[in-house]
Amino acid sequence: MNNWIEVVALEDIPQLGSRVINTDTMKIALFRTAKDEVFAIKDACPHKQGPLSQGIVHGNSVTCPMHNWKIDLASGQALAPDEGCTNVFAVKVKNGMVYIDLAVAAAA
Amino acid sequence: MKQKLVLVGNGMAGIRALEELFKHNTSGEAGSDLYDITVIGAEPHPNYNRIMLSPVLAGEKTIDEIILNSREWYTENNITLLTGDPAVEISRVKKSVITESGKTLAYDRLLIATGSNPFIIPVPGADKEGVLGFRDIHDVDRMIDAAKHHGKAVVIGGGLLGLEAANGLMKQGMAVTVVHLLDALMERQLDKPASALLKASLEQRGMKFLMEAQTAEITGDKRVSGVKFADGSQIDADLVVMAVGIVPNIELAQQAGIYCERGIVVNDTMQTYDPIIYAVGECVQHRKQCYGLVAPLFEQAKVAANHLAQVGSTRYIGSLISTKLKVTGIDLFSAGEFNEQEGDEVLQLQDVASGVYKKLVIRDNVIKGAVLYGETMDGTWYFSLMRDATSIKDFRKTVLFGQHDLGDAGHGDETRVMALPNDAEICGCNGVSKGDIVEAISKNGLFTLEEVRAHTKASSSCGSCTGLVEAILASTVGEGYEATPSKKAICGCTDLGHDEVIDAIRIHELKTMQEVRHFLEWKTPDGCAVCRPALNYYLLTRWPEDYQDDAQSRFINERVHGNIQKDGSYSVIPRIFGGQTSAEQLMALGKIAEKWMVPTVKFTGGQRIDMIGLSKEQLPGIWGDLADAGFVSGHAYGKALRTVKTCVGSEWCRFGTQDSTRLGIMLEEDTWGSWMPHKFKLAVSGCPRNCAEATIKDIGVVCVDSGYEIHVGGNGGIKVRVTDLLCKVKTEAEVREYCGAFIQKYREEAHYGERSAPWVERVGLSSIKQAIVEDAESRKAFYARFKISQKAVQIDPWKARAEGKAAHEFTPLKIAG
Ligand code: SRM
Ligand SMILES: Cc1cc2nc3c(=O)[nH]c(=O)nc-3n(C[C@H](O)[C@H](O)[C@H](O)COP(=O)(O)OP(=O)(O)OC[C@H]3O[C@@H](n4cnc5c(N)ncnc54)[C@H](O)[C@@H]3O)c2cc1C
Ligand code: SF4
Ligand code: FES
Repeated sequence: MNNWIEVVALEDIPQLGSRVINTDTMKIALFRTAKDEVFAIKDACPHKQGPLSQGIVHGNSVTCPMHNWKIDLASGQALAPDEGCTNVFAVKVKNGMVYIDLAVAAAA
Repeated sequence: MKQKLVLVGNGMAGIRALEELFKHNTSGEAGSDLYDITVIGAEPHPNYNRIMLSPVLAGEKTIDEIILNSREWYTENNITLLTGDPAVEISRVKKSVITESGKTLAYDRLLIATGSNPFIIPVPGADKEGVLGFRDIHDVDRMIDAAKHHGKAVVIGGGLLGLEAANGLMKQGMAVTVVHLLDALMERQLDKPASALLKASLEQRGMKFLMEAQTAEITGDKRVSGVKFADGSQIDADLVVMAVGIVPNIELAQQAGIYCERGIVVNDTMQTYDPIIYAVGECVQHRKQCYGLVAPLFEQAKVAANHLAQVGSTRYIGSLISTKLKVTGIDLFSAGEFNEQEGDEVLQLQDVASGVYKKLVIRDNVIKGAVLYGETMDGTWYFSLMRDATSIKDFRKTVLFGQHDLGDAGHGDETRVMALPNDAEICGCNGVSKGDIVEAISKNGLFTLEEVRAHTKASSSCGSCTGLVEAILASTVGEGYEATPSKKAICGCTDLGHDEVIDAIRIHELKTMQEVRHFLEWKTPDGCAVCRPALNYYLLTRWPEDYQDDAQSRFINERVHGNIQKDGSYSVIPRIFGGQTSAEQLMALGKIAEKWMVPTVKFTGGQRIDMIGLSKEQLPGIWGDLADAGFVSGHAYGKALRTVKTCVGSEWCRFGTQDSTRLGIMLEEDTWGSWMPHKFKLAVSGCPRNCAEATIKDIGVVCVDSGYEIHVGGNGGIKVRVTDLLCKVKTEAEVREYCGAFIQKYREEAHYGERSAPWVERVGLSSIKQAIVEDAESRKAFYARFKISQKAVQIDPWKARAEGKAAHEFTPLKIAG
């Protein structure tokens, strides 16, 4: 069972851009791709915890602003040849609103 | 239903083509989303790095170390692999290939990459036991085995391959004589003096030579016992290696009726006369040319793969090649036409004592060929000058001494990679040693700078060690190293280079990012972090009044108008025009810093004040306060006009000749806000004592009694470069016009990410002088365009955001949990 929390209207996230969600325990980066898919991952790069929310989004990945690692948004995994992984959260869009489930997805 | 692709030839070119093909897979799975692939290989091994057979023979590497694609790689990518089972027939009617063991494999597309065979001189006795070519693992095994049981080897052929074989056999303990038909070694790569130096140093190592000797017969019973020459003389031999050349392996294609000359004839998309059959590699003849080195084959592989993947319209147009000899301890580089023709000029340096020889062949101020012996550091530089046809007119006097005059941040002579120990730190930013790089190259079979960057991070940050990394790459893999590809693509999303994209935007009036990507057939739907900022910039400069800047295509610093810090906080550097401030300004800054509890306040190296460590949410607020106090953004975060440094000048200084402070302020007022291909800095010094360090800035004005000297193309930073004098003018108004015009030319023509220093070196100072100094009309046109573009950008980005622009950037969402 998912525990969906409403966060923001889809149109308030720029296409190929992101918003940051502050929770009590951490920052989560919420991304919107060119195709209006939405992804949420922990806002910390597996390399040196760089804020992924501040990177450039392309396809289904984001390039970290710190040292240019590329992270797959769906799995939270660094693209080869880099290695590492950050947490992924379930998200859905319904009636133009974005919902998130804070239960961490099974490690990808 | 996937189509069937069959590859005949499990070697370097064929497998590279598959790897290129897989890059087009968008399904997220391994392998190809278009084809079911079968690879037919004659050798019993998976694909290995053939060029490394020389170090294997010399005992410097093992076979395991040179495997490029393990059997697991084939499985992971869903490739059916047949090894030790050569293809014996192609039926074009049935569209199938038959192998020696009798398997029949149907194809929709066929790729032939059968490489070449060693040329065996057809003399009596050439088929005796102990007579070998030097081509594959099997040959190397037999050579090593022969060395265990026998003592004397003869290598026929004093070219690249022959010398590497001879060196290896000598390392295996054999006494080796190299027999060469001509009077100079490696005559296809070296001129006479370099060839003589090479011979001397090989002789010193114990290699023997028989020059101008024509082999007539191989003697012996079952096994070879000697070699007889045309003049009747004779030498003993237990092993004969024929390394006199290679012949494209076209037998299979020929039998199938595919049109062949010397090689299998292909067009610019690597298709044979039968368009569903492609061919790449040494078996191919393209525009009358057959290649015997891997760099061109890799380019061919890429074109064939693009075509097989039905994307892009890239064509192969031939390759320029360079050569290095892989004999440890001998530094030798050769490229292009190294023997001058009538009318060519030659620059030559010969230092006998230190064993250095350099020769450049120049035609119409462009390098046409290079031979380097003893010191090959600058080979890659000469090669790129040659490839880009850069005019060397402006630095002709120093070109022979290499690129490092002032550069390499002063490392100078230390940068001789061959001599460096394995633990020498190459990349200071990421702490990568020479040994790390060599290991990554060998272990992962890397060939390009990009691949080394991705695997080791060396040269991926500030880039100052790029030359060193390239040199290590070149020395580790020989000329197989894809020396800066013949055309440098912007990024992996396209095969086009910067100039082609800039031209297309102008000629075809492409006005949005989507139009550019669509028209130029980008491989990715929305580009990547490398091309998007570049396209955004090119569109912005070409259409300053129409194009809508795309925030999502800007690096974070430019998107939020502050420098991101290592902890994710930001810094704020307001503009202090010309570095001149006032008590009032300082007090205002002090109050603002206090109010926002700025963790660190620091004077920058650019004569202004940095407030460091603000959270993103604080930015609009502090910017609002700064705007109220009359400050605008200092663009310390952007590829933009940064600082204009000045000295006190004639107002106060006892040596000052002009009012450098006032001029600096004027120039900064003219140019602030302007987006550039890279950061851009100015300085104005009041006299030649040059206290503002103007001669290492992108533009440096040095005031003199009679007026103003305008210097351009300087760089502090990573690689120090002193400016070139552009011209001297009389009035402040002229300084402003010339500077504006120079900036606009740079903005319109330089590649994104290229600072003015490398740009000036690439296009040559003369061409810039022509457009800005000699041709007044052209100067005025550039200046007019500069002023138009400035109208659109001199709006303070901070004030706009303090007033609410792009608020989503600065407002986090909040949820409990
Ligand atoms: C703040 C400042 C250091 C300081 O405390 O003084 C600074 C800070 C940075 N410099 Fe610099 N540079 C600063 C003056 C300089 C100078 C001196 C000058 O301008 O007179 C130079 C050498 C002159 C030159 O550029 O030719 C300089 C050469 C560089 C370079 C090398 C550029 C090159 O072409 O070689 C880089 C790297 C780059 O741009 O790719 C760089 C990059 C950086 C970055 C932006 C690194 C980054 O990408 O994050 C630093 C941001 C630090 C931060 O966390 O905010 N910084 N940097 C100086 C700001 C000046 C200003 O008022 O805007
Ligand atoms: C000792 C040595 C050193 C070299 N050093 C360098 C160097 O420093 N730099 C450089 O750039 N180049 C070097 N080369 C050249 C480089 O190795 C070749 O240019 C490159 O390997 C050619 O690639 P290819 O795919 O065309 O051919 P290959 O790599 O030879 O691959 C062709 C494959 O096809 C197989 N094959 C042939 N016929 C059939 C058939 N009918 N059915 C199935 N399979 C078949 C062959 O067995 C072979 O495995 C060197 C070569 C040698 C031998
Ligand atoms: S401020 Fe400049 S020199 Fe200092 S660490 Fe950062 S980039 Fe390096
Ligand atoms: S922190 Fe993301 S790449 Fe280094």
